[in-house]
Amino acid sequence: MGQTLAEKILQKHTDQEITEAGQIVQCRVSMVLANDVTAPLAIKSFKAMGAKKVFDQNKIALVCDHFTPNKDIDSAEQVKGVREFAEEMGVTHYYECGDVGVEHALLPEKGIVGPGDVVIGADSHTCTYGGLGAFATGMGSTDIGAAMALGETWFKVPSTIKVNITGTPKEHVSAKDFVLNQIGQLGVSGALYKALEYSGEVVDNMSIEGRMTIANMAIEAGGKVGLFSVDQKTLDYAATAGFSGGEAMTPDADAVYERVLNIDVTDMEPQIACPHLPDNVKPVDETAGVRIHQAVIGSCTNGRIEDLRVAAAILKGRKVDPKVRCIILPATPAIWKACMREGLMEIFMDAGCIVGPPTCGPCLGGHMGILAGGEVSIATTNRNFRGRMGSLKSEVYLSNPAVAAASAIAGEIINPAKL
Amino acid sequence: MKVTGTAHKVGDHIDTDAIIPARFLVTTDSKILGDNCMAGLEADWVKRVKKNDVLVGGENFGCGSSREHAPISILGAGIPVVLAKNFARIFYRNGFNMGLVLLELGDDIDKIKDTDQIEVDTATGEVKNITTGTTIKAAAVPPFMQKILDVGGLVEYVREKLA
Ligand code: SF4
Repeated sequence: MGQTLAEKILQKHTDQEITEAGQIVQCRVSMVLANDVTAPLAIKSFKAMGAKKVFDQNKIALVCDHFTPNKDIDSAEQVKGVREFAEEMGVTHYYECGDVGVEHALLPEKGIVGPGDVVIGADSHTCTYGGLGAFATGMGSTDIGAAMALGETWFKVPSTIKVNITGTPKEHVSAKDFVLNQIGQLGVSGALYKALEYSGEVVDNMSIEGRMTIANMAIEAGGKVGLFSVDQKTLDYAATAGFSGGEAMTPDADAVYERVLNIDVTDMEPQIACPHLPDNVKPVDETAGVRIHQAVIGSCTNGRIEDLRVAAAILKGRKVDPKVRCIILPATPAIWKACMREGLMEIFMDAGCIVGPPTCGPCLGGHMGILAGGEVSIATTNRNFRGRMGSLKSEVYLSNPAVAAASAIAGEIINPAKL
Repeated sequence: MKVTGTAHKVGDHIDTDAIIPARFLVTTDSKILGDNCMAGLEADWVKRVKKNDVLVGGENFGCGSSREHAPISILGAGIPVVLAKNFARIFYRNGFNMGLVLLELGDDIDKIKDTDQIEVDTATGEVKNITTGTTIKAAAVPPFMQKILDVGGLVEYVREKLA
């Protein structure tokens, strides 16, 4: 019987024969990740397990990105603990200072993760690397602590929903809109315990960055992974990033899917996820006119150079509404530098944006853009749960970078085509 | 283990930001996390909870982030068992790893109302609603996860493996 992408990748990392979804398999892991929020607990568990050393100092990544630069004494103490652990264990992929970026933008860019890998991270958006054809998924800190010690973990082989994306998208409609539309159709638990696997001409023509935007939000439908085939584009991206290994990979033609979802994007308008769940999705025109106080352009979903180019194209020669904080957070130092080199920083500053360092910051209500009661933000991030960005009485609308930039200018949610 | 206490019902899709908001993620202390359990749902929600009470969620309980602070916060609030229609994937795994008992009741979850008195037999998965006199059986815990629970959580499981 044919194998899905999920089954194919897992099979490479286990000695057990994978025969069906639901089977429990022990897999070797290629990379184990934790951040400044989750590493402290992982380290606590690691020590409680009696572990003395990590299984491989080159296969652990510790990225202090959530509250960086540390927002208060408590977060600074947490990071100090992570740093000391990294030093003690000789962890090579430790990021905290001028080299830190949002973990899921940073690791692919540095070639630390790549096609065919099995990656687990104490962060739910670890699934981002599915855009590169890696079986990557989030787990809790104790699972991560165990994997740091053992170099392996267990998985339940997921059944797969195939998402076939076809058609020709309109201007200002991109990867974020396709995935929001899909979450709207499946619901926030529609892919619970399952893998999502993407195919279709839109996906074939899409950049790796776009694929990562889609894979990033697999978890917002409850999914375990969001997987893309490995094609020449993936291999080129990985090679440029310095990743060694990886080979072309497609699912078998006779692979078994639990369900196939067809999305034709030809008539799709930009999509907005309205408060307070990512599946509360509407075409932008239905939310047009909602007053905003803040626009956040960044995060592991849409903080890459491609996203910032889109935002800059809209902001160029225009001004942000003076009552709106338009916060732009390039996701990594390399993206920051590219923004400078390409003249985007000039555009952002002239438009009246606030440009911050690479950090998760407001995405999780950490710092650098917290909402007061009654305030509304549009954001290119991935979650709009109640209180996610601050007060329980604040609201977050999720969109693509073009809509967020256009809305910052208009002071209200607007279709960029109507700016 | 038998747990008897009051049911505290929350809705569908209770996310980890509702269970423990990001502003509390600067600590791993179970007392502080417990004192702020469900602070993202309602300020002072936790004040209604007595030791050994039972949290009753709906669909997709624990969706969102991978923060283990969520099950720690529930345990820290004195709640040893969560019942739900079903659980989000990462939360489900985290719960077992931490020794928080999670039982999936499917549609039978509607047979429990807020403040009902509940008795849960964690070994058999039998849930008795003392208030209404009904008994519900939870879906069986996957054998592999039962093994982790039996040795007292993932930390103990790995400790034995490393020894
Ligand atoms: S940018 Fe947001 S979603 Fe991404 S890792 Fe950071 S907090 Fe999580």
